[in-house]
Amino acid sequence: MILPAAKPTTDKRELIAALGRFLPDDAILHATEDLRPYECDGLSAFRQTPMVVVLPRTIEQVQKIMRVCHERGAPVVARGAGTGLSGGALPLGDGLLLSLARFMSILDIDPANRTMRVQPGVRNLAISEAAAPFGLYYAPDPSSQIACTIGGNVAENAGGVHCLKYGLTVHNILKLKLVTMDGELLTFGADGLDAPGFDLLALATGSEGMLGVVVEVTVKLVPKPETARVVLAAFDDVEHAGAAVGAIIAAGCVPAGLEMMDNPAIRAAEAFVHSGYPVDAAAILLCELDGTAEAVADDIERVESIMARCGASATRVSRDEAERARFWAGRKMAFPAMGRISPDYYCTDGTIPRKHLPRVLRRIEALGRKYELPVANVFHAGDGNLHPMILYDANRPGELERVEGLGGEILKLCVEVGGTITGEHGVGVEKINQMCDQFSSAELTQFHAIKAAFDPEGLLNPGKAVPLLKRCAEYGGLHVHGGELPFPELERF
Amino acid sequence: MTAPHDANTDIKARVLDAIKRRAPLAIVGGGSKHFLGREAQGEPLILGEHRGVIDYHPEELVLTARAGTLLSELETLLAGHDQMFAFEPPHFGAAATLGGTIAANISGPRRAYAGFARDFVLGTHIVNGRGEILRFGGEVMKNVAGYDLSRLVTGAMGTLGVILDVSLKVLPRPRETITLMQPSSPRAAVEKLCRWAAAPLPISASYIEDEHLYVRLSGTPSALAEARATIGGDVLDDADKFWLEVREQRRPFFGGDAPLWRISLPPAAILDLPGEQVIEWGGALRWLKTDAPATTIRAAAAKHGGHAMLFRSPVRSPEPYHPLPAPLMQLHRRIKAAMDPYGIFNRGRMYAEF
Ligand SMILES: Cc1cc2nc3c(=O)[nH]c(=O)nc-3n(C[C@H](O)[C@H](O)[C@H](O)COP(=O)(O)OP(=O)(O)OC[C@H]3O[C@@H](n4cnc5c(N)ncnc54)[C@H](O)[C@@H]3O)c2cc1C
Repeated sequence: MILPAAKPTTDKRELIAALGRFLPDDAILHATEDLRPYECDGLSAFRQTPMVVVLPRTIEQVQKIMRVCHERGAPVVARGAGTGLSGGALPLGDGLLLSLARFMSILDIDPANRTMRVQPGVRNLAISEAAAPFGLYYAPDPSSQIACTIGGNVAENAGGVHCLKYGLTVHNILKLKLVTMDGELLTFGADGLDAPGFDLLALATGSEGMLGVVVEVTVKLVPKPETARVVLAAFDDVEHAGAAVGAIIAAGCVPAGLEMMDNPAIRAAEAFVHSGYPVDAAAILLCELDGTAEAVADDIERVESIMARCGASATRVSRDEAERARFWAGRKMAFPAMGRISPDYYCTDGTIPRKHLPRVLRRIEALGRKYELPVANVFHAGDGNLHPMILYDANRPGELERVEGLGGEILKLCVEVGGTITGEHGVGVEKINQMCDQFSSAELTQFHAIKAAFDPEGLLNPGKAVPLLKRCAEYGGLHVHGGELPFPELERF
Repeated sequence: MTAPHDANTDIKARVLDAIKRRAPLAIVGGGSKHFLGREAQGEPLILGEHRGVIDYHPEELVLTARAGTLLSELETLLAGHDQMFAFEPPHFGAAATLGGTIAANISGPRRAYAGFARDFVLGTHIVNGRGEILRFGGEVMKNVAGYDLSRLVTGAMGTLGVILDVSLKVLPRPRETITLMQPSSPRAAVEKLCRWAAAPLPISASYIEDEHLYVRLSGTPSALAEARATIGGDVLDDADKFWLEVREQRRPFFGGDAPLWRISLPPAAILDLPGEQVIEWGGALRWLKTDAPATTIRAAAAKHGGHAMLFRSPVRSPEPYHPLPAPLMQLHRRIKAAMDPYGIFNRGRMYAEF
């Protein structure tokens, strides 16, 4: 969907002139053909050409850019690598897109304290690569890790297949430097394990670029486990696989990763990367165990017997690093694999209490039939984080609307069973309506008040993450809190 | 277990009444952390009656309980299912409640190896300063819908709202634990701990006192056997009692009347300050008994990118927490106003400014 170009309220030429006073020419893009690469992020169904793109190199430049925009009332959207899947980095037609692509330096590696200080445009994987000579790595590993930036990871509180044991971005960072909309440079967190005052580090993490622009991140590094091995188990029944997930956790195991794929996902991935997945299985589980060689051997024995008890038709254990990498390759390439079998796909991101996995999977299948759209499931099963992928063809009239309908129903289902509409991809523009399902008007109002404490004029990434109450009334969100009517203070449409 | 009781409606009514009268409230759980921070102004709002487990499914690794529930009761419940709060919260008294633990974000010996209280917070219900009951986060492991206000109220010492209940991630208890003790100078001990922390060893706590290093290992029997060979030292008998004394600050070091400073630093930092010290968290937490002036101590901590808090002192300090830079303090005040526009909750409990 191409959004209508907003009527510019900012004088574009005057803004460019003001920026040109401290930015070199190659750091300001404003010709239409130069702006095109920035018109969307990973949620390519939404597009908008920004008025101006800036590519600063220093914190001082970011501060000045923010002041220039603040003075003129021009909205700003920050952008890392643009791999976000919820439209968080979608530009505004009357605003400035602030790319952090040139903030690419690793500033300091401190092996004794196991930390690294990096600029926000450093890629997730580059951090682990730089830490490798010290036997350390950065734990959160989103599937997009070769491309996505640490700044974007902080903004989305990104997770990965190893978050079950090692935590999300919020658990793996110590300190942030952040520039607010008025150009102020603030530090959240500290070099030790905690900081005085409110936990603004946690507040900023996952705030989707709404509170400030992250200009520096200090991450924690962890030692590489001595050994890691993966159990690959096949199931004839998706519900049995779901039950095995619960049983493994209940047995007191904390796997490094516990992922699930259903048959359509298995087939697509196998055709693409040849991981050796059983293409006839209804579902597979990938369970990684790490630690010392002996501890891993103990755990593998336990996990294999649990899986067998839960009805696994076959299990295989990776014998070496190459095989472990191969087992994971199919999972990590699941998204591009979908791109090969379907012209378009749409990935949702709800999280549910694990115990509802079997039931929710059944419901998703039924919903897919209702909307006449195929759904492939790939997800972080150990965390209850679902990524149903709806396959469609955007060129077929009416199909995108059906996809949105189905996606919305899946998220509503997640909320109904006590879960959430987004586990790691963020709300962005994509799930803004579903926020009305999950939160009451008082809760949304509280979010807006927090936003205003950082950005009273609402110039930073406006229109994302938290819906206006008016929008919820239009959407007809049905979140009912203790019998109260939703949004009673608003007129009905 | 004490009988559960839901006081949400009463608490909300008390807050609404306080707002109407613009009368500040001082929130009290069990009173066990009263010594921490500054004295709050206002009429007491006692939460001890608001107690009980709301939801606990061991296989989900999630426990939800009301703020006034005794920490000790929850720990007994978890132990019955071979689970635990991985942040090993200190109680500082039998009356310690879940709400107070979360409001103070207080964590014990395992913190450097497992995370602190806020890392385990999944969601909360709070009453904000408009007298509204709000829910943030939830009972699931991953949730990025909306700002993370449940982690924001964690550690805010009750200044942003009344925590009604909390959902926490819990973890299985390690299968086996041993503690090793060896003589070592504090500096050499910190160096060793930093070296070990960079290797995949199952360390779950460390403590340095009187030229001795204590290391606790937790995990599978085979992992412990291997790690023991690397770390060396003698096995400490009665280790559970020892770590309880560390956690509850009942070691002789913590006795006496001298001001006790809590200094948070990057673990490898070398801190040159006069006084007596014990060290936890692999070097990242230093407890210092000293009469040195606050400015000297804070400057030394800040030089390493850390901070210093006056944890206990014979006379309550007007400024126990490390002062914030002016722009950050302004932001704190704006956040306080966003959550509690009439300044009802725990006024002055953290900083005099709010
Ligand atoms: C194939 C594929 C697989 C993926 N797998 C995962 C996964 O496993 N786990 C997961 O969590 N996500 C995953 N994602 C989503 C995405 O990669 C993450 O959300 C990532 O964190 C985005 O980083 P980015 O640099 O691309 O940010 P962008 O997309 O550029 O921006 C994302 C948001 O962050 C803001 N932002 C970016 N940089 C800054 C900054 N410096 N300061 C303030 N705000 C900023 C933007 O305004 C926007 O709101 C996947 C995406 C793709 C395409």
